[in-house]
Amino acid sequence: MIKVQNLSKSFGSKVAVNDISFSVERGEVLGFLGPNGAGKSTTMRMITGFIPPTSGKITVGGFDILENPIPAKRLIGYLPENAPAYTDMTVYGFLGFAAELRGLYKDEKKKAIHRVVEMCFLEAVLHQSVDTLSKGYRHRTCFAQSIIHDAAVLILDEPTDGLDPNQKHEVRNLIRQMGANKAIVFSTHILEEVEAACSRAIIIDRGRIVANGTPEELKQKSDLAGAVSVRVLGMSAETVRQKLNQISIGRKAAIVKEDVTSVWARVYPQANSRNGDLARSVAEISAKEGWKIEELHTEEGRLDEVFRSITLPDTVKEESK
Amino acid sequence: MRDTWQHTWTIAKRELVGYFASPVAYVFIVIYLLLNGFFTFMLGYFFERGEASLAAPFFFWHPWLYLFLVPAAGMRLWSEERRLGTLELLLTMPITPWQAIIGKFIASWLFLILALALTFPVVLTVSYLGDPDMGAILTGYFGSVLLAGAYLAITSMTSAMTRNQVISFILSVVVCFFLILCGWEPVTRPLANADWIPEWLVRTVASFSVMTHFVSMQRGVIDSRDLIYFLSAIGFPLFCTGVILRGLRA
Ligand SMILES: Nc1ncnc2c1ncn2[C@@H]1O[C@H](COP(=O)(O)OP(=O)(O)OP(=O)(O)O)[C@@H](O)[C@H]1O
Ligand SMILES: [Mg+2]
Repeated sequence: MIKVQNLSKSFGSKVAVNDISFSVERGEVLGFLGPNGAGKSTTMRMITGFIPPTSGKITVGGFDILENPIPAKRLIGYLPENAPAYTDMTVYGFLGFAAELRGLYKDEKKKAIHRVVEMCFLEAVLHQSVDTLSKGYRHRTCFAQSIIHDAAVLILDEPTDGLDPNQKHEVRNLIRQMGANKAIVFSTHILEEVEAACSRAIIIDRGRIVANGTPEELKQKSDLAGAVSVRVLGMSAETVRQKLNQISIGRKAAIVKEDVTSVWARVYPQANSRNGDLARSVAEISAKEGWKIEELHTEEGRLDEVFRSITLPDTVKEESK
Repeated sequence: MRDTWQHTWTIAKRELVGYFASPVAYVFIVIYLLLNGFFTFMLGYFFERGEASLAAPFFFWHPWLYLFLVPAAGMRLWSEERRLGTLELLLTMPITPWQAIIGKFIASWLFLILALALTFPVVLTVSYLGDPDMGAILTGYFGSVLLAGAYLAITSMTSAMTRNQVISFILSVVVCFFLILCGWEPVTRPLANADWIPEWLVRTVASFSVMTHFVSMQRGVIDSRDLIYFLSAIGFPLFCTGVILRGLRA
């Protein structure tokens, strides 16, 4: 549905987006991650036709956004960053305005408004002026506007920004459900959201794509992925570490924490080890040594760690170690 | 095609509702009517003139009256859209920028026309007191509508230039003021008499002025040249609005 090829955008001499290519099909939810100023919003603005690219090509549903903007834009529902809305209108009036520009009139319009009001829980503020809405409600109003015509493509720039935890949860579920038969791109700074809602994630940093894969694949890049943590009762930290270090398929062992009664230790796998092997080796050693094991599990790897290791400049990484 | 006008009308409707959503619209109309009355009856010596015509006491003041009122009515057109960030919403809808530009323009124009229509008691008064030339009054009103349109188009352009309404107001007052002065007799006469400026230059510049074209309309004459002038005075700034909006997004 969305095809982006060698997309670049410069503002003056500043390169905001640098040679990005990706595509999103129906049934996919693509998460857009990246530090502040990475170029996420700029990319989305180009996909929705708000700003023209410096170079590169974008098609939505087969229509080139520059050459054939109207049919392309018809397919897109867009929630811009900061959820702008006309402050001199009521929520109902605003949604009606959006519906009419999407070609929905009279009964169709009413039905569409009714549908999104229910989906976004806006009944309570339906006739309130946008001016007086709380931030979260304004965000939801603008989100409602983006799904009013049940578009095949959704571009959502930080859809959960400013929402309370319940609403965040609702919106995530909504995105996942809608993702079944739409092509969705959304950006976020909340990494759990990626795991909860995305079928694929892209990390951009300083205008370039630095990682692209399913959340599971990305997590595999974590240092932690595949490591085995173990909690042993009544042993000295040093002995545990020494014994664990003898495991042949382990890269190294480290003590995470210790207190009076127990020791938390972690063994990191060698690059080529299969999942499960390391855990078994740790279990064997514990059995041989007669350790009292309280807990033993294989770590999954964490996205935030991957994110940090990919996007932090090397100098900062050194300092934070 | 039907959709084109539908969208334009949707945008115009929104803008009109926006006007009346706040008391500012009513305040504007009241001030407009008060000023019109003041100029006509106090400064225009409406009664003392003893003639049944609206040209001198009423329409005469409109270029000056509109100089401040029209920019005040139109300054929010695009600058507010930029300030709120709704420009991004509007221009990513499946519409062309022209539909938005025309729609917004029409809405403000209708608003100004409404205010102008509310001056009808002046017409009633003059026809009660005497036997005015109704044709001249009609063309006078028509000219006044076109004049407001020309100022408004300029305001649309200046409001696309900035997200600050006040700056947009000042810019359009300056431009409109220039369009008055360059063809206003007290300015053009001394210039035409000066040796160092060729007369054709003065006359060419004056032909760009709203004054020269508005005056003939007050007398009941609709010349196609005046009509073409006003249509281009509306069209050109609207075209510039489109260019500016495109530039913003680049
Ligand atoms: N209109 C503009 N003029 C000049 N520079 C711009 C403009 N818009 C964006 N930029 C620059 O482009 C870069 C990318 O900005 P962008 O808004 O896309 O970042 P982002 O990834 O969305 O960040 P955030 O997470 O903070 O929303 C930034 O350095 C920004 O300063
Ligand atoms: Mg952003």
